[in-house]
Amino acid sequence: MFTAGRGRLVTLGAVVVGALALSGCASSDPLSSGGSEDSETLIVGSQAYYSNEIIAEIYSQALENGGFTVDRQFLIGQREVYLPDIESGAIDVFPEYTGSLLTALSDGDPSGTSEEIYTQLEEALPDGLSVLDQAEASDQDSWTVTQAFADKYSLTDLASLTNVTEPITVGGNSELQTRPYGPDALAEKYGVTIAGFTAVQDSGGPLTVKALVDNQIQLANIYTADPNIQTNDLVALEDPDGLFLPANVVPVVSDKVNDDAAEILNGVSAALTLEDLVSLNAESVNDQRSAGDIATDWLTANDLL
Amino acid sequence: MNLFADAIAWIFDSAHWGGPNGIDSRIIEHIAISLLVVGIATVIAVPIGYLIGHTGKGRGIVVALAGAVRALPTLGLLILLALNLGIGLQAPIIALVVLAVPSILAGAYAGFDAVDRRIIDAARAVGMTEMQIVFKVEIPLGLPLLMGGMRSAVLQVIATATLADYVGGGGLGSFIFLGLQTGDYSQMLAGSIVVVVLAIIFEIIFSTLQRLVVPAGVTATQSPRVRTRPVRSRTA
Repeated sequence: MFTAGRGRLVTLGAVVVGALALSGCASSDPLSSGGSEDSETLIVGSQAYYSNEIIAEIYSQALENGGFTVDRQFLIGQREVYLPDIESGAIDVFPEYTGSLLTALSDGDPSGTSEEIYTQLEEALPDGLSVLDQAEASDQDSWTVTQAFADKYSLTDLASLTNVTEPITVGGNSELQTRPYGPDALAEKYGVTIAGFTAVQDSGGPLTVKALVDNQIQLANIYTADPNIQTNDLVALEDPDGLFLPANVVPVVSDKVNDDAAEILNGVSAALTLEDLVSLNAESVNDQRSAGDIATDWLTANDLL
Repeated sequence: MNLFADAIAWIFDSAHWGGPNGIDSRIIEHIAISLLVVGIATVIAVPIGYLIGHTGKGRGIVVALAGAVRALPTLGLLILLALNLGIGLQAPIIALVVLAVPSILAGAYAGFDAVDRRIIDAARAVGMTEMQIVFKVEIPLGLPLLMGGMRSAVLQVIATATLADYVGGGGLGSFIFLGLQTGDYSQMLAGSIVVVVLAIIFEIIFSTLQRLVVPAGVTATQSPRVRTRPVRSRTA
């Protein structure tokens, strides 16, 4: 079958045998599932959102500093994708946002202050999961317009959107259309007419911000901790009726997280202020630093490392 | 199998047809984007391909460039362009044209290469000018291969035009993204199935076209009516 000369066949055989031998040296099993038998290993997950990844990285490094082994499973996806994993206990630590998680877990229409939402969330979580202390930092969805647009129509809060005389196009992820605070809620609650919806799948990222600044869309859902709000002169419209629930950063943990780990995570939450979160995000977006570096610097600056 | 059945049911659910987000509107958007892209790519690639094929110069560089461009990830290019050009159709169209040009370019110069050199010599001997040779000999004889290149380009573009929805360009990608992000996998699969069916339909259209554009004289020589054996037997 092979008509190459004998010398070349020998070389080919040696390469194949060598490759097989080297692969035998590899110790990890690529087919093994994520769970580990080691009780000291905690699996930390994060959303497909850079800011959430930074917080998850902070948790991971703080836990590793406390002697735990951490298995990082970052950038999993949107809530519909990772929530089943958390509920089944496949993930041990996950940074979440109180209001958004409560809306996803409960059937009714939750409302209340930051503390009330936290209490309701504690009750809504299934067995085997709990939340540790919440941080002061919050990162909630908001309806955001440009400063120029706000000045043109004297926009201050969501209800003032009825002042707008030109057609309003909303831009954002496809699933925004089905969210309880989405364009339909604006129409029902405040009587705002939305002319259209343009899908931009980067979760309020640079494409959405650029579209907003270029006036291709007039209204977008930008997270309140996004540094682009200050950089690009955007205005997050006020929400006096609580269309968006308070969304404080809180670690959702499984039963595997013992008191030592909980103490470490609570220490992180106590130190994480809103200004901190915005500046962490700014480092990622404006300075393009990696989540690992940002996390290490913040933990060092706060004497947690 | 259950998921597949759900997806088929999703496609045939009348609530999902009609309106700006309906399956029919998205199919029309998708076809329009794809045909526009292939049209632009043809206008760009065919003259270059014909020039290379006829003169034989520059083949190495252009072929290498086209091959390198094929390796570009379309989604990455799309996002990069959208960051500069904004959301809408501009970025997806440019990224998809970049995807389509190598196939059509290859089809164009392969078509010219496949023409027997003796035929071109004969054309020169008969007194044709270079332009006459291009238009009367090389283009008609090279059309089937060009069609083959366009067919391959159309297939790639229809499959990849789903990315247009990432930056608000519409098309069948809207079902795939919405389904993926909300965990509605029957919708996601339904969108994918419609894209596949669309791709197959265009495959059939273009392969028929490929057979139809073969010049009449060429098909005549290939027809089984050409006699290969003498009419009368040699033996008495």
